[in-house]
Amino acid sequence: MTRTLQGTQAVQPPGMTQRFWASTSRVIGKLADEPLGMAGFLILALLVLIAIFAPLIAPYDPARQMLGDALQPPSLAHWAGTDEFGRDILSRLIYGTRITIQTVLSVSLIVGPIGLVIGVVAGFFGGRTDAILMRATDIVLSFPSLILALAFAASLGAGLGTAIVAISLTAWPPIARLARAEALVVRNADYVAAARLYGASPLRVLFFYIAPMCAPSVIVRLTLNMAGIILTAASLGFLGLGAQPPSPEWGAMISSGRKFMLDYWWVAVMPGVAILLTSLAFNIAGDTLRDLLDPRHARS
Amino acid sequence: MIKVENLDVVYGSKNASNHVVRSVSFDVGRGETLGIVGESGCGKSTLLRSLAGLERGWTGSIAFDGKPVGTARNREELKLAQMVFQDPYGSLHPRHRIGTALAEPLRAMGLSDGWSEASKALRQVGLPEHFANRFPHELSGGQRQRVAIARALILSPPILLLDEPTSALDLSIQAEVLNLLADQREERNLTYVLVSHDLSVIAHMCDRVLVMQNGIFVDELTKADLAEGVTHAAYSRELFESSFL
Amino acid sequence: MQDRDLSPILSVQNLNVRFGRNAIAAVSNVSFDVARERIGIVGESGSGKSTTGRAIMRLLPARANVIADRLDFNGEPLLEKTEKEMGRLRGKDLALIMQDPRYSLNPVLTIGRQIAESAKLHLGLKGEGAMAHARHMLERVRIKDPDRVLKLYAHQISGGMGQRVMIAMMLLAKPKLVIADEPTSALDVSVRKDVLVLLDELVRENNSGLILISHDIRMVAAFCERILVMYSGRIVETLTNLEEAQHPYTKGLIAAMPDPRRPVRRLKVLDRASIEANIAP
Repeated sequence: MTRTLQGTQAVQPPGMTQRFWASTSRVIGKLADEPLGMAGFLILALLVLIAIFAPLIAPYDPARQMLGDALQPPSLAHWAGTDEFGRDILSRLIYGTRITIQTVLSVSLIVGPIGLVIGVVAGFFGGRTDAILMRATDIVLSFPSLILALAFAASLGAGLGTAIVAISLTAWPPIARLARAEALVVRNADYVAAARLYGASPLRVLFFYIAPMCAPSVIVRLTLNMAGIILTAASLGFLGLGAQPPSPEWGAMISSGRKFMLDYWWVAVMPGVAILLTSLAFNIAGDTLRDLLDPRHARS
Repeated sequence: MIKVENLDVVYGSKNASNHVVRSVSFDVGRGETLGIVGESGCGKSTLLRSLAGLERGWTGSIAFDGKPVGTARNREELKLAQMVFQDPYGSLHPRHRIGTALAEPLRAMGLSDGWSEASKALRQVGLPEHFANRFPHELSGGQRQRVAIARALILSPPILLLDEPTSALDLSIQAEVLNLLADQREERNLTYVLVSHDLSVIAHMCDRVLVMQNGIFVDELTKADLAEGVTHAAYSRELFESSFL
Repeated sequence: MQDRDLSPILSVQNLNVRFGRNAIAAVSNVSFDVARERIGIVGESGSGKSTTGRAIMRLLPARANVIADRLDFNGEPLLEKTEKEMGRLRGKDLALIMQDPRYSLNPVLTIGRQIAESAKLHLGLKGEGAMAHARHMLERVRIKDPDRVLKLYAHQISGGMGQRVMIAMMLLAKPKLVIADEPTSALDVSVRKDVLVLLDELVRENNSGLILISHDIRMVAAFCERILVMYSGRIVETLTNLEEAQHPYTKGLIAAMPDPRRPVRRLKVLDRASIEANIAP
């Protein structure tokens, strides 16, 4: 959008930064009216900060084993108690946010563009393209995502990287279906007809006219999906197919705490609370984002 | 300027076919304004969309300025005729600024980056230049329709196709937009084809009116006919009477 | 009889409507009475004409703040009624006809069922009798093949037919006041006149009051005894026919209409500055 201009012109393409600040302040203004949504976003912001500054915040090294302090209940020294190896659970949770955020962001960054492009292309071109792309989507959609992820993780070898790839492979079809549904509506709009009349190429129409209209709902859907991604990642971790010990992955932490759950509840409950709060925050944030970005769902 | 012969539009396949436009022929002279009036479903919009090149399923022949055009148009052919749509809320992209919307035709045609022409186009339709930085939702319906007219004119087409350009607007705004269209016609010697269900708008703008019913023209009225209330067919009589209670 | 005809069914005194924390009132100081007569409210979008109609029906969203010195229907203050009482009133004494009838009809019931429901509710008819009455009502609103239409759903009928069905249902309840909000603007020109004539006829027959809300000043003038002209939330003028228009807004509006009998090259446009100056603050 920033182009160099010749001569004197009254009309200037507005700068990116100026636009960014204008829309950001507008969104924050609207957020102020929704305390719950604000809370969701605040929790997410907090999580990101915790992930970035984990070494500064964590009271202990997450991998330091103090067998003498094993299975201590929550106290002033260990706010969330210690696990069976005497590792501080709070520190492990804090470092665990890094893994969680990394998983969620990677999956979203892979799934969002893929789903959007497949859906928009199918919706806009229609006919045979649509049929082929949608049948492929249906096939992937018909696999239970966790099972497929399990298969991938098992065949590619356990680890965070394969967990991300496995989740991404099963998470794009809903996004593609959504983008296609939006594209089907948008392609009949008068402004698309006008664009065809002034000779805009199909690719131009696709990426400059249709994709921007589908993007908001895709972003909302992605945010709502993030809770599911966290849970799937945690499940894979729980089953030992995600991040490998000793890395402090929340699902793996629950899995190892399970053995002691009856006598030492905090070992499994603390990571459980972390998972619950994070997925709840993503859900609330997604809902709020939908109200903000998608006028059809706006509350009157 | 426009010559149409035996234009047919049929939707659907053989069994469930719907003959929307039935072999119509007409021509429009340079600088003339032709009105097509009829009720919803009579085929008037389909006819206009076929002229514009949006409707691909027609048979027959259409010629602009003596040059026949087909169903798929190249850029030179597209430049001959542009269209203004009914709904000013749907015809501008909600996430494109007005300046972008006006520059888009020039960019899409690969003519220029369009920013300088955009401000000129805004001035020509009576809008301030700083509107270029606004989004469509920040404009009123009448202002949007002005932008839509400016966008249609930015490629300097000799023919403008108008699909109910004022039916979504208030009466006082309608007058302003009709005046703008009349001024532009005079200034640029444009040829208009105006489709509407509102006989009073058609009568005000047009030199000649075709009355359409069930895909065919049932009557042709001149400006003098309209002023005196002369009609030649029962249907146009009925339309005339119910339009002016 | 004559005596009763003159007493107002609806009496509105200083109606004000404000949406949320919005500083500008959508409707300000609107006062009028409706007896058993037909009055029209004309104005452009945003003039507050529809908001006025909905305020009377109490159909505005909760964030709308409605204040009036008096808003009496049949001698009873409407603003003091509970939502339940209003619900009863809306079905029976107070009818609303909206722009697109296809959204006002229930999409999952046939037209016949819906009219029959109305007959059961208001006339105490049952089963076969109610359906037979529904068929009779469709004939009354001049639907040519009532037996076919009875079996159709709302999405299968045209706008004009839908408006007739609405009128038929309304007629069963014999309302004292009918508020018609742009009843014909979604219809084709040739159907408009029929629907209006029908509405007019039935309102006269039931001896009801009618408030016709429209942007079309000519149409309103042809059908109503009194015309209230609204501009930016206020009534600027009350007319009995268009020739007496005094206010620059009304005059401007009339002049802005294209008239084939008086062709002009350019239409007159509203001079908004002088209109604003003419409105008492």
